[in-house]
Amino acid sequence: MNKTLSKAGAVMAALMASPVVAASTDKIEQYTLNMTKGVTDISAEVYDMHMLMFIICVVIGAGVFTVMFISMYFHRKSRGAKPANFHESVKVEIAWTVIPFVILIAMAVPATKLLINMEDASEPDVTVLVTGSQWKWHYKYMDNDIEFFSKLATQPDQIAGRIPKGVNYLLEVDRPLVIPTGKRVRFLVTSDDVIHSWWVPDFAVKQDANPGFINDAWAMANEPGVYRGQCAELCGKEHGFMPIVVIAKEPAEYDMWVAEQEANQQQAKAEEQRLLSMNMSMEEAMSLGEKVYLANCAACHMPNGEGLPGVFPALKGSQIAVADQPKHIDIMINGVTGSAMQSYAKQLTMSEIAAVVTYERNAWGNDTGDLVQAKDINAAMNGQ
Amino acid sequence: MSKQEVQTNNSKMVMKLVAIVFGMFGFGFALVPLYDVLCDALGINGKPSNVAAIYESVEIDKSRLITVDFITRINTGMPWQFSTQTRQVKVHPGEMSQVDFLVKNPAKVSIVGQAIPSVSPGPAAIYMNKTECFCFEQQTLQAGEEMLMPMRFYVDPQLPKDITYFTVQYTLYNVTPSVEVVAMNRG
Amino acid sequence: MTTATEENHHDDHHDHHIPSGIKRWLYTTNHKDIGTLYLWFAFIMFLTGGAMAMVIRAELFQPGLQIVDPHFFNQMTTVHGLIMVFGAVMPAFTGLANWLIPMMIGAPDMALPRMNNWSFWILPFAFAILLSSLLMEGGGPAFGWTFYAPLSTTYSSDGTALFVFAVHIMGASSIMGAINVIVTIFNMRAPGMTWMKMPLFVWTWLITAFLLIAVMPVLAGAVTMVLTDKFFGTSFFDAAGGGDPVMFQHIFWFFGHPEVYIMILPAFGIISQIIPTFARKQLFGYASMVYATASIALLSFIVWAHHMFTTGMPVAAELFFMFATMLISVPTGVKVFNWVATMWRGSMTFEVPMLFALAFIVLFTIGGLSGLMLAIVPVDFQYHDTYFVVAHFHYVLVTGAIFSIMAAVYYWLPKWTGKMFDITLAKWHFWCSLVSVNVLFFPMHFVGLAGMPRRIPDYALQFADFNKWISIGGFAFGLSQFIFLALLIKACKKQGDPVSAQVWEGAEGLEWEIPSPAPYHTFETPPVVK
Repeated sequence: MNKTLSKAGAVMAALMASPVVAASTDKIEQYTLNMTKGVTDISAEVYDMHMLMFIICVVIGAGVFTVMFISMYFHRKSRGAKPANFHESVKVEIAWTVIPFVILIAMAVPATKLLINMEDASEPDVTVLVTGSQWKWHYKYMDNDIEFFSKLATQPDQIAGRIPKGVNYLLEVDRPLVIPTGKRVRFLVTSDDVIHSWWVPDFAVKQDANPGFINDAWAMANEPGVYRGQCAELCGKEHGFMPIVVIAKEPAEYDMWVAEQEANQQQAKAEEQRLLSMNMSMEEAMSLGEKVYLANCAACHMPNGEGLPGVFPALKGSQIAVADQPKHIDIMINGVTGSAMQSYAKQLTMSEIAAVVTYERNAWGNDTGDLVQAKDINAAMNGQ
Repeated sequence: MSKQEVQTNNSKMVMKLVAIVFGMFGFGFALVPLYDVLCDALGINGKPSNVAAIYESVEIDKSRLITVDFITRINTGMPWQFSTQTRQVKVHPGEMSQVDFLVKNPAKVSIVGQAIPSVSPGPAAIYMNKTECFCFEQQTLQAGEEMLMPMRFYVDPQLPKDITYFTVQYTLYNVTPSVEVVAMNRG
Repeated sequence: MTTATEENHHDDHHDHHIPSGIKRWLYTTNHKDIGTLYLWFAFIMFLTGGAMAMVIRAELFQPGLQIVDPHFFNQMTTVHGLIMVFGAVMPAFTGLANWLIPMMIGAPDMALPRMNNWSFWILPFAFAILLSSLLMEGGGPAFGWTFYAPLSTTYSSDGTALFVFAVHIMGASSIMGAINVIVTIFNMRAPGMTWMKMPLFVWTWLITAFLLIAVMPVLAGAVTMVLTDKFFGTSFFDAAGGGDPVMFQHIFWFFGHPEVYIMILPAFGIISQIIPTFARKQLFGYASMVYATASIALLSFIVWAHHMFTTGMPVAAELFFMFATMLISVPTGVKVFNWVATMWRGSMTFEVPMLFALAFIVLFTIGGLSGLMLAIVPVDFQYHDTYFVVAHFHYVLVTGAIFSIMAAVYYWLPKWTGKMFDITLAKWHFWCSLVSVNVLFFPMHFVGLAGMPRRIPDYALQFADFNKWISIGGFAFGLSQFIFLALLIKACKKQGDPVSAQVWEGAEGLEWEIPSPAPYHTFETPPVVK
C-alpha cells in the first residue's frame, strides 16, 4: 500500500512541477462542447438525431431527478415525514414499462430511416481505396492513376515540447486526401496489419479497416474546405499519431488537381528510371538515408537504431543489417508478414530505399562499408 | 435435511454447474464454425463462399446491369506483383463472366501465395457465385514465374434490387511455410 | 495491509476455533474471513489500477508527450482496465457476496467453503502474473482490455502469454465464486426463506452468478484462441489462414456485454437494500425488481454487437442490435423508477450509505441515458471509440458499480466491526469523491463529442482545456480515496462507538438480527423465516 501511495505521490509531485500549457488559443480551433454538424447532408442529419436523443434523455433525466429531489426535500424525517405504506401498484408499474417503450419506438423510427439512408449502395462518382497500416494511411484513386501515403506532419520536436505547438498540432499530414465537392465519394477501407478506423467527423464517416477485408462508406461534401480526423481504433504504439486530412475542392479545381497529380506521378516514375543509371556517393547515400530513416523508420527502430526490446527489433548490430544484404533489401521492399515492418516499395523511391539501406548498414557502428544503389533495389523488385 | 443430504445435494449441483462451464467453454469454440456458417448464409463481413459454385442454367435477368469492381492488393511480406486485367465488369445477373488476374514472382525463391477475397457491401457476398477461382487454394510460383489466373463467376439473380454495384477485393498473402518468416520477426 | 487487518481481527473474536496469525487467513474457510480478504484485495487493486489511471491522467494533463512513451501509455490503459474490471469491481462484489449472502439467507457459511478459499487465493497470483508482465522485455499487454486481434496476437509482445495465463486464473476464480454462490442460494436457505422473500442483493447476485458461469468460459475460450494464434500457428483471427479478426470481436463481446451486467446487477441489489432502510419504507415493486433483473440478464446475451457498429455489419444486423439494446433501457428504467417510488412519501434520513446510494441513482442514470444514445447506430458512428464512450462507461462503472460498493461498505461496516465508522471522515470522503468524480468524467462527454478518440497519449490543442480539468478531477478523486483508506484502517482497529444489532433505524433482514459485530459463526442452527 505504501508503495502505491508513494508512486501516486511521485506522479502528483511531477505534475505540480510541470508548467501548465500556455498555448494561446487565438488561432487554434476553439474547443466545442458538442458534436460537429459536419459538411454532408448525412452528417447534418446525424447531428439532428444526436440532438433529438440528447434532448429526450435530458427531459427523462430531469423528470426523474425532479421527483427524486422533491421527495428528498419533502419526505425527510427531519420535516416530520411519516412513511407511507404502499409498496406496489400494478397500474403504475405497467405505465412506466409501457411509456418508455413508446418513447423508444419514437426514437427508433427516425434512427432506422437515417441508417438506411446512410447505407446507400448506388454507384459513386469517385472511389478511393483507403488502406491503414501502422501508422499511416494510403490512398488510391481507383479511377485515376494516383496513389500516395499520408503521414503525420507534426514535427517530433513539437510533440516532445522542444518547440511551440502549431495550430493543427497532431491533425496535419504531409499529403492530404483530395475529393471533389458535390460528388458521391466512396471510401473502400481496409488494412495491411492491425485494425484501424478511418474517421472524419465532418462526414460522419467512421469505418473500421479490417486486415484482409474491405468495408465501404461514402460521403458527399457540400462545401469546399479542410476536414480533419483521426484513427479511432487502437492500433499500437503510434495510434494517437495517425491523423486524416481531407481537402474538398470544387469539381473543376479537383479535376485540375487530378491532372497535376497524374503528371507528377508520371514524372516521378521517369525520374526514378533516370536515377537508376546514376550512382550515389557514400556521402550522398548516408545523408539522404539518414533523412529517410528519421522520417520512416525511427518511430519503431528508434533514432539510435536500438529498437524497443521485445517489440521492435534493433538494427544496430543486427544480423540482417550487418551481414545478409539481400534479406535486408527484401525486408525493405516487401516488409515482414505479421509485423509492423511494412513494404516500402511504394512509400519510397528506389534511390531512397537504397540510401536508407546504406545508412542502416553503416550507422551506429554497423560499419559494413556497403553502398547500395537504386539499380540493386530495382533488380530485387523486378527480378532481374 | 441432514448435513449428509445437504452435501450430496451440493455436489450434485456443483457437477451440473461445472458441466455448464465446460459446455460454455466448448460453445466459445463452437462460435468459430457457427460464425462461418452465419457468414455463408448471411454474408456477414463480406466473405464470399470459398467453394466452387455450380452454374445452373439460371435465367439471365436482362433488366438489370450490375457493376462489379475488382481490386488487387499485396499484403506485407509478399513480393509478388498482382494485377487484374479487367478493373470493372458490367454484368446481367445470371450471366457468366471471366476476369483474369496476372501474378508474377520476382523473388529468387519459390513462394506460396493465398488470395483472400472480400466483398463490399458485405450483403452482396453471398450472391457472388464463383465457379472457378484461384482463391480456392494456395498457389505456388517458382522464382521469376508468371501466371495468368482466371476467375469465373456469375451474380445470383436473387441479388437484392438495391444493390447495383459492388467491389471484390483480393489480398495476396505470403503463406510460404514460415520457419524463415518467424526467424525474421525475431530480428 | 493484510497485516493490519489480521491484528485487528484475531484478538477480537473470542471463539477458540479461530487459528491465529497468517495461517488463519491462508487456510480459512470462513465466509466472513474470505469476504474480508476479497474486499481488502479489491481495495488494493483499486488503488493499483487507480495509480495507473493517475499515470494516464498525468500524461494527458497537457498536449505533448511528457511523462511516458506511447507504448507504456498503452500498457497503462490496458492494465488499468483489466485491474479495475477483474481485480477491483468483481472481487469486491464477490467479497460482499461472501460476507452477506449466508447472513441474509440464514445459512451458517457458503456451501463450498474450501473451494471458497481456493477461489480467493488464486487471485493474488493472477494479478502478480499480470503486473509482472509489465516488467518483461517488450512490456505487458498494450492492446486495450478488449485485446482485439490481430493487435493482441501477431502484433503483440511475448508478454501476451502472461496476460492469457492471468486471465485464465481470474476466470477460474470468478467461476468458482459463482458456483459457490449458486449452490449456497439454492441449497442453504433457512426454512421459510422462499425465493420471493430473498433480499434483492441475493437475487441480483444469483442472476449475476449464472451470467458468470455462462460467459467466463467464453472469455477463457477467446484468450485461448489468442494464445494459439500467437504461439501455435492457428489462424482463428488471421485472414491469411482463413480466419477473421472481426470474429474475435464477436466472441469477445459475447462475453463482454454480459460482463458489463455482471458488474452492475449486484450494484442494483445493494441500492435496493439501502434505499428502503433510509426511506423507512418497504422497497417499491419487489417482484418487478426481480423480473427486471432477470430480463436485463437475458437481454444482455443478444446485444453484444452494439460494441461493433463500425466493423461493417449488414444493416439488418445493426438494426437488430440497436433495437435489442434500446429494449434493455425498459427494465433498467423500471428499476430507477422503483427506487424513486420507494423514496416517495418515505421518511428519509441521509446517512453516508444513503448519500452514496442517492449519488448512484443520479449518476448511474446519467450513464444509462448516454448508453441509450450510444445504442442509436447512426449517431454511434460519431460517438464510437471517443471520450464520449469513456465518459459513459466510467459513469456506469465508477459512479455506478464502485459507488454502490462504497455504499455497501458504509452500510454493512458497522455490522462487520461492531463499531460505527468515523462519520466525519466518511462525509469528507463522499463529498470529495462526488465533486471530483464529476469534474473527472463529465467533461469527457464534451471532448468526446468534439472528436477526441480514446486510448491516445497525446491530443490536438482544442482538447487541452478540458483535459486539464479532467486530470485535476482525476487527481482529486484519487486523493479522496485515501480518506476512505484512513477510515477503513480506523474501522479495522475497532475505533468508534459501539452499535446495536440493527445498526440503522430502518434496517430489516436477517443480517440485522444477529449481534454486532457479527460473530465468527452465525446461524449454525437455521433461523425460521416467517
